[in-house]
This record gives sequence, C-alpha cells and structure tokens, in this order.
Amino acid sequence: MLDISPEEIAETLTMVTQQHLDIRTVTMGVSLSGCFGDDVGSVAGRVYERVTHAAERLVPVTEAIEREYGVPIVNARIAVTPVAAIAPPGAGDLTAIAESMDRAAREVGVDFIGGFSALVHKGIGAADKRLIESIPAALASTERVCSSVNVASTRAGINMDAVLRMAEAIKASAEATADHDGVACAKLVVFCNMVEDNPFMAGAVHGLGEADTVINVGISGPGVVRTVVEALPQDADLTAVAEAIKATSFKITRVGELVAREAARRLGVSMGIVDLSLAPTPAEGDSVAGIIEAIGVKRCGGPGTTTALALLNDAVKKGGAMGTSSIGGLSGAFIPVSEDAGMMRAVECGALTLDKLEAMTAVCSVGLDMIAIPGDTSAETIAAIISDACAIGVVNSKTTAARLIPAPGKSVGDTVEFGGLLGRAPVMAVSGWAGTGLVRRGGRVPAPLNSLRN
Amino acid sequence: MKTKAIVSALGEDRVGIVAAISGALAETGTNIEDIRQTILSGVFSMTMLVTVDEDVCSFEAVQKRLTQVAESLGMQITLQREDVFRFMHRV
Repeated sequence: MLDISPEEIAETLTMVTQQHLDIRTVTMGVSLSGCFGDDVGSVAGRVYERVTHAAERLVPVTEAIEREYGVPIVNARIAVTPVAAIAPPGAGDLTAIAESMDRAAREVGVDFIGGFSALVHKGIGAADKRLIESIPAALASTERVCSSVNVASTRAGINMDAVLRMAEAIKASAEATADHDGVACAKLVVFCNMVEDNPFMAGAVHGLGEADTVINVGISGPGVVRTVVEALPQDADLTAVAEAIKATSFKITRVGELVAREAARRLGVSMGIVDLSLAPTPAEGDSVAGIIEAIGVKRCGGPGTTTALALLNDAVKKGGAMGTSSIGGLSGAFIPVSEDAGMMRAVECGALTLDKLEAMTAVCSVGLDMIAIPGDTSAETIAAIISDACAIGVVNSKTTAARLIPAPGKSVGDTVEFGGLLGRAPVMAVSGWAGTGLVRRGGRVPAPLNSLRN
Repeated sequence: MKTKAIVSALGEDRVGIVAAISGALAETGTNIEDIRQTILSGVFSMTMLVTVDEDVCSFEAVQKRLTQVAESLGMQITLQREDVFRFMHRV
C-alpha cells in the first residue's frame, strides 16, 4: 500500500531537481591515535596507511547511496585528529604529514581532508608552534589538505599571541600561493570554540573525544528554503515565515539523518552527527542571502539583515531538532561571501560590508567566511579582525571563525577567482583604524563571567 | 534481499507508457505493489510502490533498465528507495 502521496513524492523530486536540495558532505572522522612515531617520516607513513585503510570504501558507498536514494551527495570528505596532537618530538617542519594526508585523500578519491590543526586557545605548545609555522608550506604544497586552529574559547578567553601568529600564517599562506590569488587561505580557518565533529571544510577535525571512525553528515538546502519563503503570501507574518522554514528544515534534516545512518551502517562505523547548516553554493538560487532577501530585506547587508538571519538560523534548528537526535557540528547558516552569489552581489553593490558581516556572526554560524581583503592588509589588522570575531564567540558561548584571504596584489574593486565550490570574491574594504596596539600587547583576554549577563 | 522503492514517471501522455514500464519491471523480477496515476493538462504522472528483488536483479540494474525505457518514451522516470520519502514526510 502506497502511504506516501504522489504530491509528496513530487515535492521531494522538485526539491532535488529544481531547488538544489542535496547533502553537502558525508565526512568520515578518522582518529590518528595509533599514528605516533619517532620522526615526521614515520608519522606521515602511518597517517597515510590509517586514512587509506579507514576510508577505502567511503566514496563508492556514498555514490551508491546517492544513486539509490536519488539525492545528490556533493562531497565525501575526511577529517582527522588535529595533527599537532600526534606530532613527533623534536623540532622541525610538519609539512610531510600534510603531504601524506594529501596523497591519502587523492588515493581514496575525496576532495578535501581536514585536520592539519591545533588547539591553542589557552597556550601554545611546542608541537602547536611547529604546526602553525608549517601551515603556509603545507597548504601551498598540497591540494586537498585543510587547516584550522582554535585560538579562543568561552572557558579560556582569547589567546592573543595565537591570534597574531595565525594572522601572520594567513599572510604567509597568501604569499605562498600568490599566483592563485592566495587560495591557500581558503583552506585555513581560525576558530573560537571549535567543535570536534564539524563535517564542513575547511574547519573539519576529528576531536579527541570521538570514536575511532565516525560518519558525520552536513545537510544543505538554501535553495529549498528560499523557494518556500518566496511561495508564502506577501502579507504572511514573521511567525508564518518561521513556521514554513521549520517545516522545510525538518524535511531536509530527515534526508541527512537517513544518509548518515545508511552510510554508517554500510561502512560498519558509528554514526556521528547531522550538521544542520544551510550551506550555500555559487549556483544561482542556492543562496543564504537570497533567503534573507525573500524574507523582506531589500539587499543582504541592509538594515534588518541580522534580524532575518537570526529568524532563519533559529527556525532551521527548531525544525532540524525534530528530524534528528544527533545534532552536532556547527549547525547554523553559513554566510561565505565567495560561495554565495547573493552575498557577492550584495558586496558589489555596497550593501554588505565587513562590519555588517561581523554583526551577522553574532546570530549565525561561521561569520567572517571566505572574505577577500586587500593584499597589503597588515598582520596586525587581520589579527584584530579575528579577535573581534572571537570576542563575539567567547562572550556569547558560540562558535565563530574567520577565513580571510589577503589577496596578494589585489585591492578594493578587484575580484579573486577560486572556481568550483570556493567561488569568486570581490575584495572588501578594511577599516584603516585597526587595533594594532591591542594585538601587539599579546597575552590572553580573560574568559568572561557566565553570569551577570546583561 | 528485497528493497521497497518508488517509481515515478512524468511526461507527455501517450500510448504504452504503463505497458513499457511494467514490462521492464517484470523483466527484472520487480513486483508492483501499488500504482497511482493521473493525467493533468496532458501530462502523465504515475507513482508506483514496487519491491526490487536484488537476488534477481540489482537495484542499479533496475535503474538502468528504467532509464532505457525513459529514453525510448521521452519521459522522466526515476527509481528511488522508498524510505527517503517516508523519512522526509512522516514523523
């Protein structure tokens, strides 16, 4: 007996074929805890063996699920234990480990592998320092490796020494890939309150509290949500808008839950989480900015944007919470400028500025994401921008992050082109009144009080 | 292994659509359990609940056979596992 109506079947097919519903990523988390060694070469070899063995069937399994369920799975990816945690003793560069991760990713057919990472929110250990110093060379010499470093947390505050080091690493990474508009920076995220089960790149890592191997799934679907909002009557009030988004988010999340369960079952590993983030793509219509504008803001970035984004983000979580009991990862709308055609348009017409993106960070997921800035922006200015994003995360007990690209040789009015999912970004203006003295003081911004919250 | 799935077909109405699809399903050992079909403004729309017997013919092979039928009829025909619809539309 067919207990699903033809209308419901048609709705699902329309969501996939016309509204860009897809599963953005099936990410396998792989623990590297058995990969310790006496030198970089032996660690690199063990990492390669571990990753290629664990993820051998990841791509064929996700392809089979995509085919059988008729829902596109855009990416299969891998996240590993933060590499600083398995660095061998002694001094020296860790790029060889990144290169072995890159080879392993190519061998199993995934487009990105995350985890060339360190957590330094309270202090920088010797291995962490070596990892951060290795980032520019590691990202320039690899194609698929992503790096992320956590520099702040609500419980520890902001490690300003780490923030400045990361700003210098960003500058050096851009220079190391100057012939490609500083593309290495698109694979480098600086976090506050990093999560340990994020399936999305460039910030995916496999946390130390995770099982040996897990499957985490990142949903998508800005195009679907936008279509639903646009279909509402013009006079539908904001409660009705939230309700419509919730109902849609439930459906999107259920597909993510099904794919996560099925992938974990077929691979014989634990199911981790479903990340309820709306992740845009450069495809026309698949835009978070488009949803904000459909809710009623003339152009993303204009007054009302933060309100619309807050409503959207909350409704997505409320609907998604009914769809899965395994919510995790970042779970919030992404607003990456270069990866969202609506965001790009909003920057180009002057509606969306860096300052407004910082405000939006307070109510959504990773705020300052894929933003091209002038190549001559100083490390201190970049550090001050990162520290502002961190301050929002620390005080509000949420994840924030910055993925900034100081495009070499480019200035405001120019555009950088990365292609594919990374898209294209107009170079945005940066205030010339940065807190250079603030970041040069170094030390740690103390953790905030978690009571007396007014 | 038996797998429940949904066949959906959409396209211009013409003679022989049901015959071609059900013939392909019979060839592959796929059992039809329920059919709903309508024609709206000349557009033929059909959904079928079927059981694919993967001991007789793999899911992928049934999909390929239906793709051949879709191409010969000039229609859109999909075969998807049934649980994706159940998960999405039922709490």
